[in-house]
Amino acid sequence: MTARLAVRDLTKHYGGVQALRGVTLHVDAGEVLGVVGDNGAGKSTMLKILSGAIFPSSGRVLLDDQPVRFANPAAAHEAGIATVYQDLALAGQRDVVANFFLGRETLSGHWLARRIGWLDGKAMAAHTVSELARLHTRIPDVHLASRDLSGGQRQALAIARAAAWTGKVLLLDEPTSALGVEQQEQVLELIRRVSAEGIAVILISHQMPDVLKVCDRVVVLRLGLVAATLSGTELTSANLVGYITGAMPGREP
Amino acid sequence: MAGTKADPRVPAILGRRALWLRSWSVVRDLWIGGVLLALIAGFSLDSPYFLTRANWLNTSSTATEVLLLAVGETFVICAGGIDLSVGAVLGFAGTAGAWVMTQVLSGPPTGAAAGVVALGFAAAILAGGTFGLVNGFLVAWAGIPPFVVTLGTLGVATGFGFLLNNGQEISAIPGSVATFGNTNLGGWVPVPVLITAVITIWCGLLLAKTRFGAYTLSIGDSREAVVRAGVNDRRYLLEIYTLSGVLAGVAAVLVMARLGAGSPSSGATDNLNAIAAVVIGGASLFGGRGTIIGSVIGTGIIAVLLTGLVLINVPPFWQEVAVGVVLIVAVYIDQLRNRKTSRK
Repeated sequence: MTARLAVRDLTKHYGGVQALRGVTLHVDAGEVLGVVGDNGAGKSTMLKILSGAIFPSSGRVLLDDQPVRFANPAAAHEAGIATVYQDLALAGQRDVVANFFLGRETLSGHWLARRIGWLDGKAMAAHTVSELARLHTRIPDVHLASRDLSGGQRQALAIARAAAWTGKVLLLDEPTSALGVEQQEQVLELIRRVSAEGIAVILISHQMPDVLKVCDRVVVLRLGLVAATLSGTELTSANLVGYITGAMPGREP
Repeated sequence: MAGTKADPRVPAILGRRALWLRSWSVVRDLWIGGVLLALIAGFSLDSPYFLTRANWLNTSSTATEVLLLAVGETFVICAGGIDLSVGAVLGFAGTAGAWVMTQVLSGPPTGAAAGVVALGFAAAILAGGTFGLVNGFLVAWAGIPPFVVTLGTLGVATGFGFLLNNGQEISAIPGSVATFGNTNLGGWVPVPVLITAVITIWCGLLLAKTRFGAYTLSIGDSREAVVRAGVNDRRYLLEIYTLSGVLAGVAAVLVMARLGAGSPSSGATDNLNAIAAVVIGGASLFGGRGTIIGSVIGTGIIAVLLTGLVLINVPPFWQEVAVGVVLIVAVYIDQLRNRKTSRK
């Protein structure tokens, strides 16, 4: 089986600073891959390259075995890679429907209505309700302003939106770090559902318990290199912490 | 984890809190509508001339200028910007329209006066639109803060208006212009009021019901979110400021038609009035929130204050004092509201 998304020997340096020193990893369709590491390990740089925000210094990114190079985030989005950053990029005073459809609004069918840009509000609301229901998110009313949702609901909205409009890969940056315990569980459940639909999920997180709960495999980055790739019985809290801190010597899989 | 699974059928159900939050904006519209009615009632009790046809015609023609500017300003403010230039652009556009008419009339005879008038009107709207386009370009592409850009074009438009005829108004225009501006349909509906009403309704739908309106509000709320969604935010900002300029041009045509002349200083106090009307109407100066119906009510409050104060024999110089105070109070209320509802 070819990987949905793979990176080969990825490096990135900012002047003399080596943020990534040759990272190789892959994620399959329907898999949740964790990426963990201490501050400065290269997680954010990795995320920025995959989401099209920056170019790598060298190395390749392969989407379905095809080499890709994204000029900007919109190009990555177009190719099927969506990113949910920590700030979520929601418009706070706009309602759930407006946020869910931002940039992809449905227009009414009549030619004149299309010309004016008349929104089909009912269809958009109905579609938002059904998409959120499909992912079992708990959002009480799609006409609420997004800032009146709880933190977990906002996170769920951002993830559901990204999942709904992207076919292939979902990049999540610390989706659970600002949430309460119950909301964390809900977001993890949502991540499982998204991956069950065949989307490859890359989860970047500092929250070891969450990573252990939801990830099929975890890549540990240390000083810009892959220190270890853990799965199955090796995927334990002790191992993760060991490789992250360098207490356990790095090894390539 | 099993215990935290949500019921898939739950999502669309309205919570009680949800209903309350949704109705809050309606309550606010009703509240400022109530203020307008109270003002009308108060002035009616104080002056027997307030509820008369003459005062209606006077108030409504004052309101048309302010409302057209306020409608454009609503889009700009909802998009998180400010357009300080609309009053000055109105003055320049009207003078430019009249100037074009006099230039054509002083040349070789060209036949129909209607053609000359149409050309002058088109020139005024074009002049307004051009200033809007420049504002939009400088805000969206050059990245200069809207406050600075439009303060600058306020100066430029004011100066250009005065340069056209050495600071004098231009009144040598066809008489049909004034006839057009002072025609009342059925004695009660001046043509400028009708034109303004049609434009206002159209813009109300544009803001509330179309993609353009949705992006206007979303850009004002979080430009970052709009950019990340792949929307060309600059294009929309350009269109928003251009719309504001075009509406200032249309307002200039109506003012020219009412006065029978193009006057460079005709919009001098309209900036303050238009911005105050929008803010009183519930639009947030922080962007992301606002309605045209709110701005209509806000304009009503301003127009009633302006004409009502004169009728109860308050010296006219108090008008701007009153509007200024109301503007500051309205912004203060908006800030309190933002602090309360924002729970980020």
